[in-house]
Amino acid sequence: MARFDSNDESVVVIIGSGAGGGTLANELCQQGVKVVVLEAGARQSPASFVNDEWKSFGQLAWLDPRTTSGTWRVAKDFPGLPAWICKTVGGSTTHWAGASLRFQEHEFKARTVYGDIKGATLMDWPLTLADLEPYYARAEDKMGVTRTHRVMGLPGNNNFKVMYAGATRLGYKDVHTGNMAINSQPRDGRGQCIQTGFCFQGCKAGAKWSTLYTELPKAEATGNLDLRPESHVTRIEHNDKGRASAVVYVDKDGRQQRQKARVVCVAGNAIETPRLLLLSASSLFKDGLANSSGQVGRNYMRHMTASVYAIFNQQVNMYRGTTMAGIVKDESRNDTRRGFVGGYEMETLALGVPFMAAFLNPGGWGAGFTEYLDNYTRIAGMWLVGEDMPRDTNRITLNPSVKDKWGNPAPNVHFDDHENDIAMREHAWRQGQRVYEAAGAVKSFRTPPYPSTHNLGTCRMGANARDSVCNGYGQTHDVDNLFISDGSQFTTGGAENPTLTIVTLAIRQAEHIVKQMSARAI
Amino acid sequence: MPVIPIAASPHGPAGATGCHDDDGRIRRLELPLARREFLKGSGILIGTISSGSVLAALAPSTVWALELKQLSTSEGQTLMAMGRVLYPHRKLPDAVYALLVKGLDAKADAALHDGIRALDRSAGGSFVKGDAATRLKLVKAIEGTPFFNTVRGQCVTSLYDNDMAFAVFGYPGASFDKGGYITRGFQDLKWLPAPSKQASPPLYLG
Repeated sequence: MARFDSNDESVVVIIGSGAGGGTLANELCQQGVKVVVLEAGARQSPASFVNDEWKSFGQLAWLDPRTTSGTWRVAKDFPGLPAWICKTVGGSTTHWAGASLRFQEHEFKARTVYGDIKGATLMDWPLTLADLEPYYARAEDKMGVTRTHRVMGLPGNNNFKVMYAGATRLGYKDVHTGNMAINSQPRDGRGQCIQTGFCFQGCKAGAKWSTLYTELPKAEATGNLDLRPESHVTRIEHNDKGRASAVVYVDKDGRQQRQKARVVCVAGNAIETPRLLLLSASSLFKDGLANSSGQVGRNYMRHMTASVYAIFNQQVNMYRGTTMAGIVKDESRNDTRRGFVGGYEMETLALGVPFMAAFLNPGGWGAGFTEYLDNYTRIAGMWLVGEDMPRDTNRITLNPSVKDKWGNPAPNVHFDDHENDIAMREHAWRQGQRVYEAAGAVKSFRTPPYPSTHNLGTCRMGANARDSVCNGYGQTHDVDNLFISDGSQFTTGGAENPTLTIVTLAIRQAEHIVKQMSARAI
Repeated sequence: MPVIPIAASPHGPAGATGCHDDDGRIRRLELPLARREFLKGSGILIGTISSGSVLAALAPSTVWALELKQLSTSEGQTLMAMGRVLYPHRKLPDAVYALLVKGLDAKADAALHDGIRALDRSAGGSFVKGDAATRLKLVKAIEGTPFFNTVRGQCVTSLYDNDMAFAVFGYPGASFDKGGYITRGFQDLKWLPAPSKQASPPLYLG
């Protein structure tokens, strides 16, 4: 691994090492660009991951103080934990389930296709599916996504068998074990999935794609990557021309460091990325860096989410095998006859006993609750995830009354469900319950949203600088050597799990950065 | 009557997560046991695990005892009874509900003592002696109070994150050290029709 001098002004500094940052780092390093990655979390490995829900949560989750407001249920159930994302090398690619779905064509044109939805700030992306297709293909190949590039699908587990039986009886057609960045057979130097059932806790088999043991070591092997774990960035600095010039961070020993930079790319996930831009306000950028539009932190999206768990008369043992073992795609289309715009996916999900107790019905108690735990081995579960409406009032702001351990204001996450989100959730819950009834469920339960795993939109890309933060390459309109490299740049959310699209955009962004650096534009 | 020391283990107390970092093995058998001669705390809870239960084989002894540092025996018994009202599991032994008391004992403050006293008072002196319907009614009456929230919140982690609960609910916990479920039944469900090969391709066998 390389080690670059803190005064080396020729390096690209990437903040964050997850799907966006980790991928971008490797793509740049492969092209000979010198990269410093500053990652707030520590470095784990498949060997150090633990098959233990709470212990793993303590090992991987981002637990710095955060606050919540708004009418969303997460603010009531988990007021200090708006998001379930990670602070570790590899970011949330250590924790993700692996679902890798392309956006649909119409989802890049949400404003045009869905129309002017009251109370929403819909906008078309400044790019199309056709623009992204070659990059989607590269991302799928890189990640080894099943059912693409001749990678076979994964074998379905018991939880999938229940979903499949119910869904097909109900008439759903597009039901299978998904497009997963989990090796169904050995590939790219990694082994096949051994069905541990602990996808969320870091894959100890290394079968699930994570930048931790794919992109980052490949980048390190080029000699162009200087990866610095436990480096918490507190500020991005600029020169008197208004160009990003350095990044200030606190290292693992608590010492403040300053790394000079030719280009700065922010990939801290959609809460920390806008927070960092807001924390970097200066006399030149009074409202925060790259925020002339006032859109930094706004349009926060977290996907319409919900779950259904159902009890059956016979054994399911959903905990065995991949957490997200299969999908029903039929409801992901846009069909306003259902009473809402956009669509949703139905994906199996399983929790162990400790997390079932915590997430089945937060705040719930009594015999109605305990019945589900008593029947734990006879439960099947699914997650419902769909497109939510961007709103400029759903936003990340700095909360001056709560400070992190470095004395900086904590982020507050404000969210109110749009009525479209509520209508979609109702529909999804009903269909999820019908799937399980069709498979013979004794009863089923509508589980409310978990803390957000898909955090999006808070530095959205758009065609012009008035109403967006960055362009179609994630390059900020205001500061041409500052890039948004994570899900923050999403203009709208789509129905699909976002990681594949984040990786795709990172590959495309790397190409753009190399071109601009070669042309000395940045 | 053997009383097995776990609290005074030379390896230090099993942490909240029950993980022993030294050998990398995850142990969750957190039976709240204390060595009799060490007892000098504020109270003690004692119970037995039915020798016929699945847990008897897991436990080093069918008798358990929990030494309390701040709560009295009577307060501990009230909290155990409240835990059973909040999360009634017929098959979970008292030893698991004692873990709830253990968790609360470690952070007992004036509000906890006050809450217990108020609950006992609302039952005419002893919550434990009330009948099931009365207990449920009394707990329902304090739903949403800080005391209720403290006890309920502790239940979620104390009752459901230990080996006894795992055994009762049929959750085996860690699987990687056993090779995952690839050869241990991840797709052994037979009571529904099998998915098509397109939907669920066969397992890759090399």
